[in-house]
Amino acid sequence: MSAEGTKALGAKLSGPGRALDSLPAALGLFALSVLAGLLTVARIAAEGMGASSVAPLLITLIAGTSALVRLAARDGWPGRIATPLLFGLLLLWAWEVVVTAFQVPRVLLPAPSAIADALGRSWPTLAADFRQTFVRSVIPGYAMGCGAGFLVAIAIDRSPFLQRGLLPLGSLVSAMPIVGIAPIMVMWFGFDWQSKAAVVVVMTFFPMLVNTLAGLAAAGSMERDLMRSYAAGYLQTLARLRLPNALPFIFNALKLNSTLALIGAIVAEFFGTPIVGMGFRISTEVARMNVDVVWATIAVAALAGSASYGLIALVERGTTFWHPSFRK
Amino acid sequence: MTAAAIPAATRRAVPRWLAEGRALPVAAVLAVLLVVWYAASVWLNEPQSREQLDRAGAPWTAADLVAHAWSMERPVLPAPHQIGVELYESVLNRPIDSRRSLVYHAQVTLSATLAGFAIGVALGILLAIGIVHLRTLDRSLMPWIIASQTIPILAIAPMVVVVLGNLGFTGLLPKAVISGYLSFFPVTIGMVKGLRSPDPLQLDLMRTYSADRAQVFAKLRWPAAVGFLFPSLKVAIALALVGAIVAELPTGAQAGLGARLLTGSYYGQTVQIWAALLMASFLAMLVVGAVGLAERAAVRLRGGRL
Repeated sequence: MSAEGTKALGAKLSGPGRALDSLPAALGLFALSVLAGLLTVARIAAEGMGASSVAPLLITLIAGTSALVRLAARDGWPGRIATPLLFGLLLLWAWEVVVTAFQVPRVLLPAPSAIADALGRSWPTLAADFRQTFVRSVIPGYAMGCGAGFLVAIAIDRSPFLQRGLLPLGSLVSAMPIVGIAPIMVMWFGFDWQSKAAVVVVMTFFPMLVNTLAGLAAAGSMERDLMRSYAAGYLQTLARLRLPNALPFIFNALKLNSTLALIGAIVAEFFGTPIVGMGFRISTEVARMNVDVVWATIAVAALAGSASYGLIALVERGTTFWHPSFRK
Repeated sequence: MTAAAIPAATRRAVPRWLAEGRALPVAAVLAVLLVVWYAASVWLNEPQSREQLDRAGAPWTAADLVAHAWSMERPVLPAPHQIGVELYESVLNRPIDSRRSLVYHAQVTLSATLAGFAIGVALGILLAIGIVHLRTLDRSLMPWIIASQTIPILAIAPMVVVVLGNLGFTGLLPKAVISGYLSFFPVTIGMVKGLRSPDPLQLDLMRTYSADRAQVFAKLRWPAAVGFLFPSLKVAIALALVGAIVAELPTGAQAGLGARLLTGSYYGQTVQIWAALLMASFLAMLVVGAVGLAERAAVRLRGGRL
């Protein structure tokens, strides 16, 4: 349905006047669609897809889409936060309704409620997996890889020759399927977290190197000349001018790497682990057809990934508030 | 170091393209890498070599040790020439349709990569067009598209393969779906940026011509976005290759570079793993290079600029 179509439908429902375009009305429609959605799910769970669930289903859809259109038209938190939130809820709801109404086999696609159930049921296992994969493999590997990339970038920054030699290779390596080194690292460092951390180190090193080098080159010649006229030494110029200027690039690499690190550790676990870890859980539970536990593991991984990304983005906001991309 | 700091003599001794181009530094870095690699391979293989030479009984010298370390059958780190020989053997000395030919495996992976890339690009461009034209879609979908990339997508690869397998889709399609999922993101982001890149003056001009949305799209937005499209495509095709390889890992795929990696790791065939890895890197260069060529062709069609 096009935006115009939805808008026309919304106008027809709200009758004459624009009273329903106010924020309370949009939020009311939001609440209405959530309530009707819950009712739909309860009905379908109780008696299957029948006449009694059609009305709440339609109400959810209509109230939901018109709330979406109204919220999206606003600035500030209703537009930026409530819209995606409602959209996500509607998506989850549609998933639940489709799976339960058409009785999709659990092996194919479990309903969100079943996944939440599995999450609660196997919480201790999932927590242990999280500790093994995220706390013991990802975080040390991420810290070492990013740290090494940063230090090497600073070291070769003084030599244009090394830069010209390493940058093309670095961008070449960035395009390569580095996860492929996972089996080699498992052979070298054994089944435990060390091999996973090693994969993460290699995966995060090059993005950090390339981005830091680009960032160090970002300071303009005018600013450098100014530092020179202050008789600032190499270290002073680095600390006061070039590193602050490089921060947006460095944060870019940090954000990119936070996802890469998790992927690297999980894929490395496909090649052999002790009997704990998210990658191990995914591969064994898929084989045992416990798809809801797999989805629960993925939910944990998704939460961990988004949370670390969000944390880095928050730190970025705090430290590079001066950058044009944050200006209003 | 600035140009003035280089002594005049060296500046004249080395031709300009060599002194200022990338060829010399890259070659130097590669040479250092090769030396380090040979040294590391001696260092890592030394304990095993020592043991095997001792077992053979005959007295041995340091040179024997090094030679042995560079020619082991299952080394911890194979020497570069061993990988070269394996690559040569499995690429050129085997019939192309044989299971032992790397070309065969590379072609399996490449077809999944290209299919996934096609899916990803189509999806990415469609999403971008929707997002640019519909505010509701922009506000509700865009945050989720970004969030979808903070999820370790590759982790669901085994499940996608299993689920689609249960539905009766095996072979190429599940791998292509994973590749497509990985590669749509850079295309969407790049295209949204590109489709929004025409400045307000140009949009106003289109308005004074009373152009409708389709015309603005065809005559202004799309041409402006093509310059943003190609860098995204390069990232996307590299990701599609990664997706195809990882999709071959978990399900015991019969063929493909990922399957080659997996069997190599089961049987401790390190040389085979490294050869597959090099082949994958070569494939990555090939596909990214192909996109680069397409970009050049597009530039030429437009008369020299994007």
